[in-house]
Amino acid sequence: MQFFLEVFIGGLLAGMLYALVALGFVLIFKASGVLNFAQGAMVFFAALTFVGFSDRLARWFGASPDASPVFWAALALTAAAMVLLAWVVERFMLRKLVNQPAITLFMATIGLSYLIEGVAQGTWGAAVHGLDLGIADEPVMWLLERYNLMISKFDLSAAVVAGVLVAVLALFFQYTKVGRALRAVADDHQAALSVGIPLQRIWVIVWAVAGFVAIVAGLVWGARNGVQFALTYTALKALPVLILGGLTSVPGAIVGGLIIGASEKLAEVYLGPYVGGGIDSWFPYVLALVFLLIRPEGLFGEKHIDRV
Amino acid sequence: MKLKKAWLTAMAVATVWGAAGSAAQAAEQYIGLPSYRVGSYAAGGTGVFGGWIDYMKLINERDGGVNGVKLVWQECETEYNNARGVECYERLKQHGEQQNVLFAPVSTGITFAVFERVAQDKIPLLSIGIGRSDTADGRVFPWVFPMIATYWSQASAIVGYLGQREGGMDKLKGKKIAVLYLDFAPGKEPFPVLDRLAQKWGFTTEKIAVAMPGNEQQAQWLQIRQMRPDYVILLTYGVSNPTALKTAARTGFPADRIVGWWWAGAEEDVVPAGEAAKGFVAGAFDPAGTDFPVIQDIQKYVYAKGQGDMQDPKRVGSVYYNRGVGHGIIYVEALRLAQEKFGKGKPVTGEQMRWALENLKLDEKRLEAIGAKGLMPTLALSCADHEGSGRVRFQQWDGEKWVPVSDWIEPDRELVRSLVEESAAAYAKEKGITPRDCSKEQ
Repeated sequence: MQFFLEVFIGGLLAGMLYALVALGFVLIFKASGVLNFAQGAMVFFAALTFVGFSDRLARWFGASPDASPVFWAALALTAAAMVLLAWVVERFMLRKLVNQPAITLFMATIGLSYLIEGVAQGTWGAAVHGLDLGIADEPVMWLLERYNLMISKFDLSAAVVAGVLVAVLALFFQYTKVGRALRAVADDHQAALSVGIPLQRIWVIVWAVAGFVAIVAGLVWGARNGVQFALTYTALKALPVLILGGLTSVPGAIVGGLIIGASEKLAEVYLGPYVGGGIDSWFPYVLALVFLLIRPEGLFGEKHIDRV
Repeated sequence: MKLKKAWLTAMAVATVWGAAGSAAQAAEQYIGLPSYRVGSYAAGGTGVFGGWIDYMKLINERDGGVNGVKLVWQECETEYNNARGVECYERLKQHGEQQNVLFAPVSTGITFAVFERVAQDKIPLLSIGIGRSDTADGRVFPWVFPMIATYWSQASAIVGYLGQREGGMDKLKGKKIAVLYLDFAPGKEPFPVLDRLAQKWGFTTEKIAVAMPGNEQQAQWLQIRQMRPDYVILLTYGVSNPTALKTAARTGFPADRIVGWWWAGAEEDVVPAGEAAKGFVAGAFDPAGTDFPVIQDIQKYVYAKGQGDMQDPKRVGSVYYNRGVGHGIIYVEALRLAQEKFGKGKPVTGEQMRWALENLKLDEKRLEAIGAKGLMPTLALSCADHEGSGRVRFQQWDGEKWVPVSDWIEPDRELVRSLVEESAAAYAKEKGITPRDCSKEQ
C-alpha cells in the first residue's frame, strides 16, 4: 500500500507539471482557436533566454548567477522577450491569417516552432545548462519518517505554483474585461471585431500571457532536468492532458494533468512489466483516446453544437 | 612579332598558373562531416565535431597539413536524425573531384541507415563507441570500423569495473544489478553481454525501460527503490541522464552506486543534475581534461589565434570535445599511414583509407608523440578486428569535474569476440556474404 501511494502521489505531482505546460496551450486555444504547436518551443525559448540573461548579467556585474537581483532582472528581461515574441507572432503571422481555417493556423504554428527553436539555439548556443531555483529536490522528511513515503519537496512546490497559476488565470478569464474579450475572440474573430474588440491587441496579450506561463513551465522543468532542447518535448506530455481536460478549460488542464500523471505512473509500475516496460510515453495517449470516444470535447471542454 | 611573343608569354603564364592551381587543389584532403549542431543532441554534436575540426585546424596550422596536404572539410547538419543523416551522406559523398574518404555520423541510427551504402560507395564508416557491435568482425563488415570499444566491450568493462570495486569478479556472485536503459536500439545493444556475464559470475540483472526522451522517470526509480539493487547500470542518453540522476537522488538511491556508459558520462549529463550527480561514475574512452599536450597545442595554435570552433572555449577539454579530438587523431593518423603506403603528399581515396584503418596501430609511443597519451587507449586494428582496443576507463563526477577512478579496463575479450563472430556469421549467412579470408590480405 505504501508503495502504491508513493507511485500515485508522485504521479499526481508529475501531472501538475504536465498541466503547467498544458495551460499555455489552453490559453492560446481559448483566445484564438489555435492549437499552438509551438508551445513546447516557447517553454524551451523562455528557459534558455532566462539562463542566457542570468549568465550575462552575472558576468557583467561580477555577481553569482543565483544571486537574487540577477534572478529578478533576468526574469524581467525574459518576460520582455516573451512580449516581444508575442508581438512578432501577431504582427508577422496571425495578422495575415485572420479568419483562416484552424488547420492553416495550426500549420503556421508548426513552422513557428522550428523558427523559435532555431532562434533560441542560434542566440544562446546549444550548451546544456543547470538551473537552481533554490528549492531542494529531496524527499519531505516528515513524510519519510512518519509514513516512509518519498515525496519530493520540489515537485510539491511546483504543484503549488501550478495551482496558483491556474487560480489566477481562471479568475482573469472569468472576471476581467480583457478575459471576456479573449473569450469573445475565441468564439468568432469577425464577430469580435464587429463589436469593437481590438483583435490584434488581444492576440498580443494572450500570446504574451502564454509566454509568461512558458517561463514558469520552463523554469520548473529546467530546474528539474536541465535547460536543454529536450524541454520542447514537454509538449508531448501536455497533449493527452489537453485531450482529457478539454482544450478550452483552465481547471480542466489541472484535472487532466492529475489523471494523466497518476495513471501513467501506475500503468508503468503495474502493467509495464507485462509488456516490456517503458509504456509511460504512450499509455496517456491510449487513455486520452478512450476518453475521446466517450467525451469528444474532454472532461471540461465546451460542447460543440451545430444547427442542421 | 611582338604581339605573338606577348600572346605566347600569356599562354605560358596561364599554363603555369593553372598547373600550380591544380597542384594546390590536389594538395588538399577532403572529408565530409555529418555534424549535429542544433536539436536535442546539439551539446554532444558541437563538442565532438568541434574537437575534430579543431584538431584538423591544429594539423594545418602547426604542421602545414599531413605531409603538406592541407585538410579541408564540409559540414552537413543531420540534427541526429536518420533521414537527414542519409541525405547528408549523399551530399557529402563527392566534393569536386574528391570522394569523401570517411563517414562518421556519431549516431547509431545514422550508422545503421548508411550501413549498406558505404560498401557500395567504398567509403569507410567510422563508428567510434556507437553502432552494431558485431561490425567489429572485419571479415564480414569490411567497410565498418566500430573503433576503440563497441557497446559489447563497454558492457563487459562496466562489469569488470564493478568487479574491481567489489574486490574481485567472484565477489559479484549474488549481487543484484538494475539496468536502466533508454528504450532505443543502442540502449538494448549491451544486453547479450550482460546476460552472459551474469551467468558467468552469478549476479542477477533486472532491466527497466525508460521511454524516449526519458524526461520523467519517477515510476522507474520507485521500482528500483523497491528492488533494492546493489548497483544501477545506466544506459541512457541526452535529457534522460540528468533526469535519472535527479530522480535517483529524489528516491534516495546513492549516486556512487550508479555506473553509466559513456553516453551518460559527459559534463552535459551531470551539470544539470547539480548536487544529485556528485559521486556518479561513468565509462569513457576519452577522459576529460586540458592537461594533454595535444589539447594545449590546440589552445596555443588555434584558440590563441581566435580560430577555435567552439562557441564557448571553456568546453575545450570536456568529454565530448576530447572525443572529437580522438576522432581527429584517428582520421589524421590513418591518412598519414595511407600516404606512406600509397604516396606521400597526395590525397588518398576511400579504399586507401580503408586499408590504412585496417592497419592502424597507435601504441603508447605514438600516442605520446601526438600528445595524446591517456586521452585514448592504444589501438591495433587488423583485417579481422575492426575494434582495435575494447578498453574503457571510468571517471567519477566530483561536482566540478570528472576524476579518473580506474585505469583502462580490459573487456572479457574471449566472450565478446565469440559473440561478435557468432552474430557476424549469422548476418553473413542471412545476407549471403562470403567472409573475407584475412590470411590472403595484406
